[in-house]
Amino acid sequence: MADITTYRTCPRSGLQFEANAEKLMLANAVVAVVFLLIGGILAIGVVLTRWPSVHWLQADDFYMVLTAHGIDMLIFWIIFFEVAVLYFCSSTLLRCRLATPKVAWLAFALMLIGAVTNNIAVFQGSSSVMMTSYVPMMATPAFYLGLILFAVGALIACFVFFGTLVVAKRDKTYQGSVPLVTFGAITAAIIAVFTIASGAIILIPTFLMSIGIIKEVDALVYRTIWWAFGHSSQQINVSAHIAIWYAAAAIAFGAKPMSERVSRGAFLLYILFLQLASAHHLLADPGLSTGWKVVNTSYFMYFAVLASMIHGLTIPGAIEVAQRAKGYNNGLFEWLRKAPWGNPTFSGVLIALIGFGFLGGISGVMMGTEQLNMIIHNTIYVPGHFHATVVIGTTLSFMALTYFLIPVLFKREMINPGLARLQPYLFGLSMYFFVLVMMGAGTLGVPRRHWDMSFSGAAMAYEWPGAAYLMMGLVGIAGIAAIVGGAIYIYITVGSLLWGKRLDDGAFSAKPTPFPLTPASTALHGTGSAGFAAPGTFVLALVFLTAFVLYYFINWKYLSQVWGLS
Amino acid sequence: MSAILPPSERLWWKHPLDRVEGTWIVIALVWCLVMFAMMVGWHIYGKQNLSTETYKTTREMFSAKAQAVVDKYTVRTETDKQIPVVHPPAGGDVYLIGRLWDWWPIIEFEKGKTYRLHLTSMDYNHGFSLQPVNINIQVVPGYEHVVTMTPNQSGTFSIVCNEYCGIGHHNMLGRIYVK
Ligand code: HEM
Ligand SMILES: [Cu+2]
Ligand SMILES: [Cu+2]
Repeated sequence: MADITTYRTCPRSGLQFEANAEKLMLANAVVAVVFLLIGGILAIGVVLTRWPSVHWLQADDFYMVLTAHGIDMLIFWIIFFEVAVLYFCSSTLLRCRLATPKVAWLAFALMLIGAVTNNIAVFQGSSSVMMTSYVPMMATPAFYLGLILFAVGALIACFVFFGTLVVAKRDKTYQGSVPLVTFGAITAAIIAVFTIASGAIILIPTFLMSIGIIKEVDALVYRTIWWAFGHSSQQINVSAHIAIWYAAAAIAFGAKPMSERVSRGAFLLYILFLQLASAHHLLADPGLSTGWKVVNTSYFMYFAVLASMIHGLTIPGAIEVAQRAKGYNNGLFEWLRKAPWGNPTFSGVLIALIGFGFLGGISGVMMGTEQLNMIIHNTIYVPGHFHATVVIGTTLSFMALTYFLIPVLFKREMINPGLARLQPYLFGLSMYFFVLVMMGAGTLGVPRRHWDMSFSGAAMAYEWPGAAYLMMGLVGIAGIAAIVGGAIYIYITVGSLLWGKRLDDGAFSAKPTPFPLTPASTALHGTGSAGFAAPGTFVLALVFLTAFVLYYFINWKYLSQVWGLS
Repeated sequence: MSAILPPSERLWWKHPLDRVEGTWIVIALVWCLVMFAMMVGWHIYGKQNLSTETYKTTREMFSAKAQAVVDKYTVRTETDKQIPVVHPPAGGDVYLIGRLWDWWPIIEFEKGKTYRLHLTSMDYNHGFSLQPVNINIQVVPGYEHVVTMTPNQSGTFSIVCNEYCGIGHHNMLGRIYVK
């Protein structure tokens, strides 16, 4: 171990930060927030153009801004932040040094250069191909090159994460198995390796095509492989934010998983079925067989959906058990009423969890049903769905985690905690409304990625029902409210970093302090109470299931009324 | 102990599960299987399934076939661009071209009759979005997708393009009449 490093024990959380890991987490998180800022500014252009009575940008600017919004948000903001989460879940949670910090900085540099290159290409204006960049529509070579550099960097970061796991094992900084949250992060990183490999398989030939070395990449092959990348990258986000939910439950409540076996088993299901489900983006495509579509879109009989439904129960369930142990034992829901609703880490995670399940989950399974997909494919329902998953689910969870990290990792007192208390509600609830009206407009057929729903200047005409215009107007209003919520997050984060009162570092040491040995079997949780350990959560789960079943069959009813197709 | 600490029982896969979890897993699994059965069952009993009949094609091949049908079954032309309105016989084949930035030709169906609609794109991806019915099908260049359609209502329907296809994307409309 040639690298000299120090370990800091945070006096506020008891977490132990290794110096290199700490700097890397900070750098990745800060760059992530910068991309969120850029993406958020672009969102203003997107949303004010899709608001029919405002219709702000010109067509070419709109398509350019939308391309940049999708890429900066979905790829750069989320993945930079995820790299910070990976380092946290390995080095910090396992109390070990980060493997190969120099290589980790190289990864960071590649990602940053790639992201900047891609952004420059997009803002030069001739790469308005949307984040999916379906061939044969071509962007400039720099567009693909930027993405490839970024992907290589992210892949290296994953290997630094795996290397850190090895360091921890070898240095015996922990006994037995890794914590559940780290287990979730491992799931995310394994999926990331598969994802990035698929991305390389399709982006490299496309790059070669853009510089004229390869003549043609088949349009359908491109779509199929691109979605093996595009879809599984969403599975990384899900694994990462679910790991954060478990972490937040542990931090805010001292909650322990109801059963390690169930929660880890559910993560294993993600790994097993991760390579599936890309078909749900291709259900309306020609040329792919029905058998493949049905098996793939359902993650082989919905086993990954099962896993998500399990996490959706076990996380609030663990919170309920912890709260009941503290004496909030009255009725079904006292534990929930007495939760720390003013703590943005908790409220953010809870709003994320509920929104992800009810809005993102239910709509996702509906859309991913082979036949039902025909009534929403490429409508604005689709961005409605994924703003529920990737904004309400992932982004809001990252925001909630940031509030925890400001004093712990940034070592700053949070500026304006009153505003922070409000932020998850403003951002989360306006996003709830935003995705609902987007889905409403999509159900009426309004297309996504579309500059002018009035078709002015077209040779033919089509008039959308008035309700579609109304919904798109509401998309505009709710979108602006959400953008304000996002701006508050950035103000608090960046402001605390710049002007927040500096907090003390805590004790430094040259060696990691290993975990205290926990006595084996400190009470088998859940077995204490007769009947159900978490009855309130179970009732909520049944409410969820009812909503799910109703919505699912309503859509079948709707489908059964359209033209016959065979 | 807690989710951010190593589990106190080293053999986590031997952890007991609570009755809440066990019950929920069973319910969720049953629901997953129901949903899977719905998708398979609709192929047997349902009337809206997307055909998988697909051929590799080229611009020239497809245009020639489309032109032949237009020559044979055009009943009138519309708009100042003289777009042909094609009225194929029931059960017959008809070809729809998606290209920057229109759908060609206009098609006329009869209610309750079945037709084989061939779709392709001459250039980029396009999206066949039949409104206000709201049936949406991806149209991919190089592939001829044959969809069997049976309109169950009469009226004038529009084909909106709902796959981004460049700067004229939002003006790409087509039309289907059902008599
Ligand atoms: C904060 C408020 C936000 C607003 C108001 C907003 C608004 C929108 C709207 C209206 C669209 C659809 C435009 C269209 O298809 O015509 C869109 C697309 C998209 N948004 Fe957002 N968004 C926000 C935040 C985010 C975040 C945080 C993410 C990712 C983490 C994100 C990722 C995307 C992606 C990937 C697309 C699709 C782009 C494409 O079709 O290629 N958005 N956004
Ligand atoms: Cu997907
Ligand atoms: Cu288009």
